[in-house]
Amino acid sequence: MFEEAQTLSKDRLNASPVLRVCGASLTVLAEGAIWWEAERLLVVADLHLEKGSSFAARGIALPPYDTRATLARLEALIAGHRPSRLVALGDSFHDREAAARMDDGDAVRLARLTGATDWIWIAGNHDPVPPRRFGGCVHEELNVGPLTFRHEPRPAPATGEISGHLHPCAAVRVRGRRLRRRCVASDGTRAIMPAFGAYAGGLNVLDEAYDELLPAGRFHAWMLGARTVVPVAAHRLEGD
Amino acid sequence: MEIRRNGGIPVAHLSAQFAAWFAGRGWQPRAHQLELLAHAADGRSVLLIAPTGAGKTLAGFLPSLVDLSAAPQRRRGLHTLYISPLKALAVDVKRNLEIPVSEMGLPVSIETRTGDTPQNRRQRQRREPPDILMTTPEQLALLLSYPDAGEFFGGLSCVILDELHALANSKRGDLLSLGLARLATLAPGLRRVGLSATVAEPDELRRYLMPQKPGEEVLSDIVVAPPGATPEIGILIPGEKAEEGDEARIPWSGHSARHALPDVYDAIRKNKIVLVFVNTRSQAEFVFQGLWRLNDDNLPIALHHGSLAPEQRRKVEAAMAAGTLRAVVCTSTLDLGIDWGEVDLVICMGAPKGASRLAQRIGRANHRLDEPSRALLVPANRFEVLECEAAREAAIEGAQDGRVSRLGALDVLAQHVLGRACSSPFEPGELYQEVRAAAPYRNLSREDFDRVVDFVATGGYALKSYDRYARLRANAPMTGDMRLRAASPGVVRQYRMNVGTIVEAAMVKIRLVKSGRRPRGGMGGRMLGEIEEYFLDTMKPGDNFIFAGHNLRFESLVETEAYCSRAEGGDPQIPSYYGGKFPLSTYLAERVRHMLAHREEWKNLPRQVSDWLRIQEWRSVLPGVGDLLVETFPRGDKYYLVCYPFEGRLAHQTLGMLLTRRLDRAGARPMGFVASEYSLAIWGLRDVGHMAERGLLPLSDLFDEDMLGDDLDAWLAESSLLKRTFRDCAIISGLIERRYPGQEKTGRQVTFSSDLIYNVLREHEPDHILLRATQADAASGHLDVARVADMLKRIRGRIVLKRLDRVSPLAVPVLLDIGKEAVHGEANEALLSEAADSLIEEATRLV
Repeated sequence: MFEEAQTLSKDRLNASPVLRVCGASLTVLAEGAIWWEAERLLVVADLHLEKGSSFAARGIALPPYDTRATLARLEALIAGHRPSRLVALGDSFHDREAAARMDDGDAVRLARLTGATDWIWIAGNHDPVPPRRFGGCVHEELNVGPLTFRHEPRPAPATGEISGHLHPCAAVRVRGRRLRRRCVASDGTRAIMPAFGAYAGGLNVLDEAYDELLPAGRFHAWMLGARTVVPVAAHRLEGD
Repeated sequence: MEIRRNGGIPVAHLSAQFAAWFAGRGWQPRAHQLELLAHAADGRSVLLIAPTGAGKTLAGFLPSLVDLSAAPQRRRGLHTLYISPLKALAVDVKRNLEIPVSEMGLPVSIETRTGDTPQNRRQRQRREPPDILMTTPEQLALLLSYPDAGEFFGGLSCVILDELHALANSKRGDLLSLGLARLATLAPGLRRVGLSATVAEPDELRRYLMPQKPGEEVLSDIVVAPPGATPEIGILIPGEKAEEGDEARIPWSGHSARHALPDVYDAIRKNKIVLVFVNTRSQAEFVFQGLWRLNDDNLPIALHHGSLAPEQRRKVEAAMAAGTLRAVVCTSTLDLGIDWGEVDLVICMGAPKGASRLAQRIGRANHRLDEPSRALLVPANRFEVLECEAAREAAIEGAQDGRVSRLGALDVLAQHVLGRACSSPFEPGELYQEVRAAAPYRNLSREDFDRVVDFVATGGYALKSYDRYARLRANAPMTGDMRLRAASPGVVRQYRMNVGTIVEAAMVKIRLVKSGRRPRGGMGGRMLGEIEEYFLDTMKPGDNFIFAGHNLRFESLVETEAYCSRAEGGDPQIPSYYGGKFPLSTYLAERVRHMLAHREEWKNLPRQVSDWLRIQEWRSVLPGVGDLLVETFPRGDKYYLVCYPFEGRLAHQTLGMLLTRRLDRAGARPMGFVASEYSLAIWGLRDVGHMAERGLLPLSDLFDEDMLGDDLDAWLAESSLLKRTFRDCAIISGLIERRYPGQEKTGRQVTFSSDLIYNVLREHEPDHILLRATQADAASGHLDVARVADMLKRIRGRIVLKRLDRVSPLAVPVLLDIGKEAVHGEANEALLSEAADSLIEEATRLV
C-alpha cells in the first residue's frame, strides 16, 4: 500500500502536466506557484505577510511565524528555479501596517529576496500601495507576451489573465473519501492562483464568486498534493 | 483520616422535623445518610460511595437542609453548590430535592443554573443567590470569572460533586479541580462532598476532593454504603436454545448483533420496561430499526441518543417516567443516574467494554436496593462472548476497572488562568500555590506554570513580537502593583464566550422535507436532530441513511442544515458516526486473557465458543496469561502476521502503525494492517515468521519498547490525528475562538485555520506549550500509548511465535475485518493521484 503510493507520486512528478493559457505553457508547482519556463518567470499570489500579527493585534495570539514560513518557501522556490522575474500577484501584505509589524530578521530576508531577481509587486486590495522599503517595483497590472497579471480577476471573457484574490481550493471524492486542497482554477483563457501565504484560507471553486469567471462545469482545478499537482475536471468536484 | 463504619451512629443529628418526615414516608434514614450528617457536624469533607438507589443524593444534601432549616431568619448568601456532569441531572436532582423541602415546609430556595438559564435570571442569581444552586463545571468557571466572585462564594459552606467518578480524570474534571482550588481560597471553611458509584481506586477521588499540600497527599474521609443485592446477569446465546443441528451461530466478527434481535424482542415482550444499551449511535439506529421490523405486537419502543433533537429526547424521557414505554434503545446518554421509572431489565447489546460501565448500566434497572437488578448481555461475536463472560463475573464480584490518573492538562490551565485574570488582579506566585492545591496539578512545575501564564499573556512565543498586544497586563505598574489583570473588556468577553472544555464536532441539523421539492431558505420541515458534519461529507445527494429511526434520503446541504426526505427502498447506510466508542478496559482484557489460558473456565462458555478455543489449541496454541501469541501464515499471495495483545482497538492501531514502519525498514514489505479490540493483523510480501526463525528479524527486536521513541515521533509528525487534537487544545486554551459574538464559526473553517497554525508552530517552535498539551492528549486519548508501553513491557521475553500453513481459528475474526477499515491519512496522497488517473488525458486535451 505504502510502496504503491510512493511510486505513483514519483511518476506523477516527472510527468507533471502542462497548463496552457492562451498559448503560454505553464507549470503548476505543488508548492502553489506557477512557473513559466519560456520567460523564466515565477508567479505567486496572496502572500498575506503578517497575517498572524494582525490577529494578535485583535487579541488572538496566533504563532508569529507565518511570515518566515512563507518566506522560507519562497526562498526554496527561487533557489530551485532561479527565475529572472518574480511576480507577486497582490495581497502580498495582509494590511497597511504589515511592514511596520514585521520582525527585523524577516524584513532583511524579504529585502534580500527582492534583490535577487526582477521582483514585481502587483497591487492588491489588502495592499493597494505595497511598501517600498523591501525593494521591487509596483504595478497595477503587468503584460508579458499573451498574459496579463493582475490581482483581482475580471468577468469573462478573459484573455490570458493570471490572477489571485479568491484563494481557490477544490474538493473531490475518491473511493468515498473527500479530499480538499488548494488549487489553480483554469479554463484555458485564465488561471486563478491559490494563496501562497502560510495562514491564508481557501474558497471553494464551486462558490458563486467564480460564476462570472469560469464556465460552469468546463474548467479544471489543478489540485495541489504534497509532491504532485493533479488536474481534476470541474464536474467531478464537490462544493463545501 | 477518619473512616466511620456503618452502624452505631446517633440519630441526634436529625431534628424531630426530619425524623418525622422520614417516618411519614415510611422510611428509615440510612446509615450512610446519618454518617454524612455526622461528618458535616464535624466540618469534614467526605467521599460517599453508594450503589444506585441508596439515597445518595439525599445523603449529600441532608446536612445542608438541616443547617439551613436551623438558621432560617438571617439574610443568607449561597450556602450549598451542587455540581453535576449533566444539565439534565441537575434539573432532575432539583426536582427530587424539592420534595422533602416542600413536604417539610423548609425555608430553603433551590435554583438551577445551566447554559439554558435565561440571561436575566442568571444576573438576578448573582445579585440574590439562592440557598442551594445546582450547576455544571462550566458555569462554576463562569461564576468565578466575575469580579464579585469573592463576595458571591464568600459564605459558601458546602459543595457537592455528583457522579464524581464520571467527572474526575477528564479535562472537565481538570477545570472543575481548578475551580475547587479557587473556592478553597474564597471560602476557607468549605466542606466538600463527593458522590460516586463504586470505583476501583477511591483514593483518587478522595484526593481530588481535598486541597493538596506540596509533598503531602491529603485525602478526604470516606463512607461506603453497603452494596445492593448481587445482580442477576445472563448472557444471550442464540445457538444454545436451538435444536440440535440448528443453524443459529454466534458470528465470527462484526458488532451488529443482528442474529440476536429476535431474542432481544422476545425479552422486551416478557418484561415491563427494558433499557437496551448499545455502544454507538449508529448501533442504536440499527437495533431500533431491527426491533421495529420484528414488532408485530406494536410495543411502544423508543430511541434515545445524543444526536436527536432535544425536544425529541425530552419526549422519550417523559414517556419513560410516565411508564408508557416498553423499551428504549439508548447509548451512554442514559448511563448516568437520572431516574426514570421502573426499569426491570437492562439489555447490553455488544460487549460492555468495561466492568465499571456494566455496573453503571445494570444499576439503571430496579432502583430498589434489596432486590437484584436484572441484566442480559448480548455478545455480537465470539470474542465478545469471552468479554461478556469476564464482565459478568466481574459484576457479580463487584470488581471495577482501574484507571490511570491523569496529569492536569495545560490547555485547561491556560483557560483557568485567563478566567482568574478576568475576576481580579492576581499575583502569579500566589496563583501557582493555589493551582497546585488542585489534585491533578499538584506536581505542576513553576516553570510550566510560568510558561502557561506567558502563553495566556502573549502567546508565549520565543519571538517576542507580541508584547504590545498582551492579554494580561500589570495592574498598576506606576505604583509598583505588578499583579496581572485582563488587559481589556474585550479579553473578558472573549473568555466568557469560550469557557469550557467540551469541543463539539461541527454539527449539521437534519430537516425532513418532501422528496424532490427544492427547499427554500428557512422553509425547511421538521428538525430531526443533529449529525456530525464529517458524516455528511461522506454522502452525496440521493444516498440513503437511517437517522432518528427514519430511513432518509439526503437531498441537499444548505448552510448548516441537511435537507432529507423519507426514502423508499434502497440500501440505507447507517450513520457510522462516533458517539461512544469505548476501548476494552485493561481490567477486562486481563480477565479475558486469563480465561483463554485456563481451560477449567471454559465450562461457562457456550459450546460453539469452547469448541472454537479447542480447535485453536489443536491447530495452533492458546497464549498463556502473560504471553503474546504471534501467528504467521501465508494466504493468497501474501503473508500474514496476527498477534493477540487484547489491549483495545486504539492501542492496536497505534501498535499496527509502529510495527508496519519497522517491518518496512527491515525489508518485510508490509502492505497494510487491521486492528480489532483483541488482535492485530499485518500483511505483506515477505514471511515475517520465516524471517524471525532465521534470525533476520528477531521478534524481540520487532516488539521492542524503543518503538515508542523515534518511530512514534516520526509517525505523529505525519498524522492528521495530531491536527485534530491540536484544534481542541487551541480552542480550550483560548488561542483560537470557539465562536465570535453573534456569529458562530462553522467547524470546517476552524479546522482549516487550526491546521495551518499547527503546521507553522510545529516547524518553528516544536516545544511550544500548546504542542506539549496536544501530544499529551493524543498519547493518552487517541493512541493509548501508555497501554502499548505497558503491553510491550509485559511481553518482553514472552513472545510465542507459531508458524502455520494457514489461518488459525483465533485469527479468523480479525481477518474478516479486513476491507471494512477506512484508509488512513498517509494514503490520501495516493488517492489524490488516483483522482487524476482517468483525467489527465482529458485535462490536457481540453485546450
